[in-house]
Amino acid sequence: MNIPIEYYLILSAFMFFVGVAGVLTRRNAIIVFMSIELMLNSANLTLVTFSSYLGNSIGQLFVFFVMTVAAADAAVGLAIIIAIFRNKLTVNIDEINILKW
Amino acid sequence: MFNNAQEFFNTLPLIIMGGGIVISLLIEIYSDKNKVILPWFTALLFLAVGLHSLFYTNDVSIVMQNMLATGGNVNIFYAIFTLGAAVVTLISIDYIKKYDMYFGEYYLILQTSVLGMMLMAAAKDLFVIFLGLELMSISFYILAGMNRKRAKANEASLKYFLLGSFATGFIVYGIALIYGSAHTTSIDFITTNFAGLTSNLLFVAGVLLFLIGFSFKIAAFPFHMWVPDVYEGSSTTVAALFSTGGKSAAFSAIIASLFALFNGPSGNVFTPYFAVISVLSMFYGSIVAIAQVNIKRMLAYSSISHAGYLIIGLAAGNHDAIAGVMFYLGAYTFMNLGAFGIVSLVEGKNETNLDINSYAGLASKKPFLAALLSILMFSLAGVPPFAGFFGKYYIFIAAIESKLTWLAILGVISSAISAYFYIRIVVLMYFKPATNDFQIETSNSAMLGIITSVIIVILLGIFPGSFLDLITRFI
Repeated sequence: MNIPIEYYLILSAFMFFVGVAGVLTRRNAIIVFMSIELMLNSANLTLVTFSSYLGNSIGQLFVFFVMTVAAADAAVGLAIIIAIFRNKLTVNIDEINILKW
Repeated sequence: MFNNAQEFFNTLPLIIMGGGIVISLLIEIYSDKNKVILPWFTALLFLAVGLHSLFYTNDVSIVMQNMLATGGNVNIFYAIFTLGAAVVTLISIDYIKKYDMYFGEYYLILQTSVLGMMLMAAAKDLFVIFLGLELMSISFYILAGMNRKRAKANEASLKYFLLGSFATGFIVYGIALIYGSAHTTSIDFITTNFAGLTSNLLFVAGVLLFLIGFSFKIAAFPFHMWVPDVYEGSSTTVAALFSTGGKSAAFSAIIASLFALFNGPSGNVFTPYFAVISVLSMFYGSIVAIAQVNIKRMLAYSSISHAGYLIIGLAAGNHDAIAGVMFYLGAYTFMNLGAFGIVSLVEGKNETNLDINSYAGLASKKPFLAALLSILMFSLAGVPPFAGFFGKYYIFIAAIESKLTWLAILGVISSAISAYFYIRIVVLMYFKPATNDFQIETSNSAMLGIITSVIIVILLGIFPGSFLDLITRFI
């Protein structure tokens, strides 16, 4: 059975918008960060889909780069969240408001 | 990798920069005197790479399996980034002592961020743009929170990180859609087939997402929320780098990846998008800046409005517009670095003297510093004999050439509004009595950086033609 490419694209677009909605609505820094990772993963899914559909490997290659960068992002991001937790004992974005938004 | 020695030589700026990072790491680990050696090594490294790039602008080639471009405008961008970063290093040396936050990593991460910017400018493939962008952005998140004991720095770093990664998500998804419609990530292919591709909705959506992501990085209007907070919360020296290097790098990536945008005589499909965000950024930046009392926030809003002027160049979409944008980026980099450098000098321990009213009477206490700051403020406002004026002039002319006269007129109105808050600083310094006893610690290295940037601003203002000729030769 062959699943049409549109299904994959719709799924990844849906994942992307779930990620965007998560960033815009959730208040916990770690959940916001997870939503961002979801956005990156939806892009990965799109890349892999196109790669398999077009029969060239550039997309799959790109996914490795995106995953590596996402890992680096996670390392730095969690370090930043830990630093702020040590100072303020909270990771709620609404309470992190010395600077005006 | 390299077909001949010439190609290796052309790639030298990137290779020296990468090698310099490794050497700095070794200095930081093995030298007892790293606090003295590392800053000056960093400054000299930036200077060496910058001058090398400027001297060898004629070596145009494409290396590494069509991944990187060398020579020409790429080298001019290298020079803007590295010389700007050299000034940042110079103003950092004593600032870091003042805040007692010496970390060797500071200089190391400064270098990696500049390497990221250079990769963005050199990119001939969307891969390289993405990697350069992330190298730069991740380094910036760390730099923003470098003073990790201060709650404000933590907060700035968190905000920058969350919104920056959010933007990265858009960019990656945009690249995925571009790849799906163009079947490749090669920028040359996208440039040559641009007209055909723009009839594909997937491609247009991809480019728009890509541009939205970059609008975050260049601090354009609907995506500007992080700018004032990050500039206020992070160290002044680092904010100087964000507002100049980060912005120039994002523009260089847009120019490198969407060079086809500039081939038409008058605009293209994306012109309406650019026109709208440029008008919004210009006016929002210049109007809200009037209400600011903190000078770093004021400079942040001014940076938003400058992003607006630069986007006029993208909207104009002809070859003169690129020249204008590059000229303006060069001018803006040095005038903003100078202004942030003076703010970092006047700033006392524990963030005192950041209110604009604390600049009252600076001219009677520190006449030289006040004179330098006035030159920079006039240049930022776009007053003629200085570099800022010619940057705006070239961009507005390019906009008029591509029948966007209304955009140029709005740009002029906005810069007239913005003159108010720049000139206000000059008025405060010269015509108000001092309320502040200015415990300014003199710093020779910072003065060297500030004076260099002022000289560059004046030279670019007096001889704008020679720099412009250099740029237009390669377009």
